[in-house]
Amino acid sequence: MILEGIREAIRLLTSFDPEAWGPVGVSVTVALSSTLIASLLALPFGLLVGLGRFRGKRALVIVLNTLLALPTVLVGLVIYALLTRRGPLGSWDMLYTPAAMVVGQVILAFPIVAAFCAAAVERSDPRVRQTVLGLGAGRLRAALVVAAENRAALVAAVAAGFGRVFAEVGISMMVGGNIHGYTRNITTGIAFETGKGEFALGVALGIVLLTVALAVNLAVGFWQSRAGSQS
Amino acid sequence: MNTCSNSILFVAVLFLLPACCKNDSTKCTCAERVLRLSSTTSVDNTGLLDVIIPPFEKRTGIKVHVLAVGTGKAIKLAENGDVDAIFVHDRLAEEAFVAAGYGLHRMQVMHNNFVVTGPADDPAGARGHDAVTAFSKIAAAKAVFISRGDDSGTNKAELRLWKAAGIDPKGDQAKNAWYLESGQGQRMTLNMADEKKAYCFLDRATFMSAEDQVSSKIIVEGDKRLYNPYSFTAVNQAKHPQARYLEAMAFGAWLTSAECQKMIAEFKIKGRQLFYPDVFEKK
Repeated sequence: MILEGIREAIRLLTSFDPEAWGPVGVSVTVALSSTLIASLLALPFGLLVGLGRFRGKRALVIVLNTLLALPTVLVGLVIYALLTRRGPLGSWDMLYTPAAMVVGQVILAFPIVAAFCAAAVERSDPRVRQTVLGLGAGRLRAALVVAAENRAALVAAVAAGFGRVFAEVGISMMVGGNIHGYTRNITTGIAFETGKGEFALGVALGIVLLTVALAVNLAVGFWQSRAGSQS
Repeated sequence: MNTCSNSILFVAVLFLLPACCKNDSTKCTCAERVLRLSSTTSVDNTGLLDVIIPPFEKRTGIKVHVLAVGTGKAIKLAENGDVDAIFVHDRLAEEAFVAAGYGLHRMQVMHNNFVVTGPADDPAGARGHDAVTAFSKIAAAKAVFISRGDDSGTNKAELRLWKAAGIDPKGDQAKNAWYLESGQGQRMTLNMADEKKAYCFLDRATFMSAEDQVSSKIIVEGDKRLYNPYSFTAVNQAKHPQARYLEAMAFGAWLTSAECQKMIAEFKIKGRQLFYPDVFEKK
């Protein structure tokens, strides 16, 4: 079954079969969009938490770390309850669209990116920030310098968020609905093909998923080493 | 600082590119007329919908978004107004759905039948009996039976047979350790039954499409209580004004048209017919 899956994966990837590439396109666009939005929100938040000195900081960090265990089916359920016609946002007509999947994945990725970012800047050398502040820079400027100093860790935080949303199935299934040619992505496709007894095709899609994830991480790694050699 | 702005640019381009493409594609689909249909896994898994929906989409320009779920959930989604029509197989639940004002114009499209499958050596001795007697024998032998347990049309039909046999398999968990609920789709449930050498209750279409990959055999078939009708019902705009009623009725008309009925009759897996159209051929 595994061997058959590998053979099938190679065939799917090389034949440009829309049955395979359609879900890949949905997975990549939805996961990249949600990672981008989550990162834009979570990186500043993570910097704030990591560098800030304020009451309730410990509690906030514990909450963030707890949300790392956020189950995807729960996120899916809550978003379904909000977006159903009978829910408060029913008139938005957003249920069973890629946009609904993005919203769910943003919620999933936010605590991951924020927690990793906060942990990285908290652990970084405090002298960098003190020096910049001492040179008369503002707090925002100082935070940006710390972020730039720790960019490898911040990229790793974003990559971790991407990995999580790219691999999740619960949200996509519940608020995307696994609609053929519209919201079916790689992971709901695997669940669907397995449900049909098409195990080899399921394994093939799994290999496709890992291949795409590898490509994205290679791109990030290449850029990281390039950026590292420049500085 | 230079590398920093470089890196921000790189990340922005990496993420924004697909996001832009996505915006374009959502624009196109928004302009399209869409029908949201909840149907059952037992129909979707056979591939029938992939055959009968494209000609409809081509002719009407209405894109059909299929949500393949169990019948119980399909009806629930329609009650919540999240879909525009249902194509399911639980007559009693459908009639209740219409009676409560959620649905309009239930029309029977096609039927097939259920079968009871089990290990070839039939340890409960259920073979050759009618469905109710077979269920009694399975219970008496405490042979393992795997149920969907998910409120699907198949699950409801199965539970009605247990009731007819005067058995409450879910009643006493400790006493009924032979009765297992998978909570999964039809094909996965059959697989579990096959792995555990258990009995299973399912539609013939799913069994036929899986027959080559499992060692389970049909134990009971042909009983009139195993009749399995599939019907189409549109969501009533009186309950959900946004429901796409015109699109739904267009699809209902397509399902019951001579052309689509012929496609249903001619839909075969390994040379065998899976569904029997009901509009022109009265049984």
